[in-house]
Amino acid sequence: MIETKGFRWFRRVVLTFLTVFTVLPLYVLVVTSVKPLENVRGTFTWFPDRLTFQPFVDMWTTIPLASYLVNSLIVTTTATVLSLLVAVLAAYPLSRLRFRGKRLFSMTVLSTQMFPGILFLLPLFLIFVRVEDLLGIELTGSYLGLIITYLTFALPFSIWMLAGYFSAIPEGLEEAAMIDGTTRVGALVRVILPVARPGIIAVGVFAFITAWGEVLFASVLTDTETRTLSIGLKLYTSQTDTLWNQLLAASLTISLPVVIAFMLIQRYLVSGLSAGAVK
Amino acid sequence: MSFTEEPRSGAVPESGSAPESGSGRKRSRRPGWFLPYGMILPAAVLELSIHIIPMLLGIYISFTSLTQLTIRRWTTAPFVWFDNFVRGLDPGSALGNALFESLIRTIVYTVLVVGLSWALGMAAAVALNTKFRGRGVLRTLFLVPYALPVYVAAILWAFMFNQRDGMVNRVLVQDLGLLDERPFWLIGENAFWVLVIVSVWRLWPFAFLMLLAALQSIPADVYEAAAIDGASTWKRFTNITLPMIRPANLVVLLVMGLWTFNEFNIPYLLFGDTSPESARLISPLIYEHSFVNWNFGLGAAMSVMLLVVLIVASAMYVRMVLPKGSGND
Repeated sequence: MIETKGFRWFRRVVLTFLTVFTVLPLYVLVVTSVKPLENVRGTFTWFPDRLTFQPFVDMWTTIPLASYLVNSLIVTTTATVLSLLVAVLAAYPLSRLRFRGKRLFSMTVLSTQMFPGILFLLPLFLIFVRVEDLLGIELTGSYLGLIITYLTFALPFSIWMLAGYFSAIPEGLEEAAMIDGTTRVGALVRVILPVARPGIIAVGVFAFITAWGEVLFASVLTDTETRTLSIGLKLYTSQTDTLWNQLLAASLTISLPVVIAFMLIQRYLVSGLSAGAVK
Repeated sequence: MSFTEEPRSGAVPESGSAPESGSGRKRSRRPGWFLPYGMILPAAVLELSIHIIPMLLGIYISFTSLTQLTIRRWTTAPFVWFDNFVRGLDPGSALGNALFESLIRTIVYTVLVVGLSWALGMAAAVALNTKFRGRGVLRTLFLVPYALPVYVAAILWAFMFNQRDGMVNRVLVQDLGLLDERPFWLIGENAFWVLVIVSVWRLWPFAFLMLLAALQSIPADVYEAAAIDGASTWKRFTNITLPMIRPANLVVLLVMGLWTFNEFNIPYLLFGDTSPESARLISPLIYEHSFVNWNFGLGAAMSVMLLVVLIVASAMYVRMVLPKGSGND
């Protein structure tokens, strides 16, 4: 690629603007979390009056943050693992096998992606209540209902990405394994899955991020016992005051692991996403 | 799990002809025909019970007058045919008027957010698809807003846009002296622009991520040939880059468009149960009717209308941009 002078200027301007746009809020996040409370009550200051890590200590006792964290981890991790399992199983036949109703299935799955969540929030809640009454399986206010919901949320996109990813793997690979006497399922487990691992990880991270950040269904399907972080953080705000330094310290703490995990696998995510998109 | 290993008899020829390579023959009698069905079964059951059936139930509810009085025995809520649609969608009534205004507003919002996110993502992808120092750092940095949980992003921006002592007003009034008074951001007319800014901040890294990957799949010699032919940078972009990443572009735009049109989290987190009028998008409006005013039937009717709009728009988009027979199946 030959770089002209104009292109260099374009690059400089674009990257400077985007860096400022990205970094400024992140700087506010970090700097506020190390300020004492009286410092966040007045007008915003660029630097803390006094550097303190007390918000990171107090945030655990102001609200039951630890139990919200555990709730979020249980729900999100379970939903991610299950959704990966289901998505791998469904994506494989979509990319490799011919069967009647394939087009119908893939179109249906994809089109559920565009359903507004608001459309089925109430019906889903009503169904959950009905199932509880009839079968005695607790679905509202329990982990189970939220896990089932989240696992389905990530499913359409996951199946789509994985199918694209599987299709990018040459068929000769598994055919060779099958000539050697492996069954198709055996070939999937022993040949396709290892090759597709980056894509699978990427899809898993996508599912995790989707569930970790979900607000609407969490607000309806959880109770005080099973409340997840997305709802629990509101409690730093009382009627009169918000403990901004603790709220942002908690936000920073719960974001860090997700952001780091995301960065570690972002390369795989790029190839996974684009495999789904280009196919 | 319900699938079984495909029985393979010795009669299968060595050519390795997998079941899918045969065409036209009646497949249902072949051993292993149930394998694909067994494999998609869990996904199908989940999609059916969490998406399809609730959606159908939602359509049913839109024909009933379900309120907080009838919610406990919702199966017996009175069937009112098209009353909710008539009441909710009549442009002459206050309700219908608010709905159509919100619909227009949501379309403007979607076009702005998707357009800006795409432009920023594209610019960043083009800039970072070249070699220079610090490229890896910037690439990682740009992805942070997308990796952050959405509620963290919204909480953070709400803090910055605080009228009394937020960072934005400090910069505008105190540091730059552009304004004399501290404007309100989270209520009133400005709320719409706050919504757009926060949404773009969250979304553009997604466009960047997808488009950079697409750019990297373009072989470098294509550009070299064009450069030798004397094509300018801009010409190379419009005549080579854009056509070559067209498939990725179309998918990115569609996905971002659907996400943005249905956006609920960001306005809900920024403004709470009731958005200021200037920023009242369609999903929060429906939420308000359903869970603040407790008129579930009306909310459901509006959701059904929203779904119809989305289906028509998506179908038109797909028909317009995708050549026949392409797609991911």
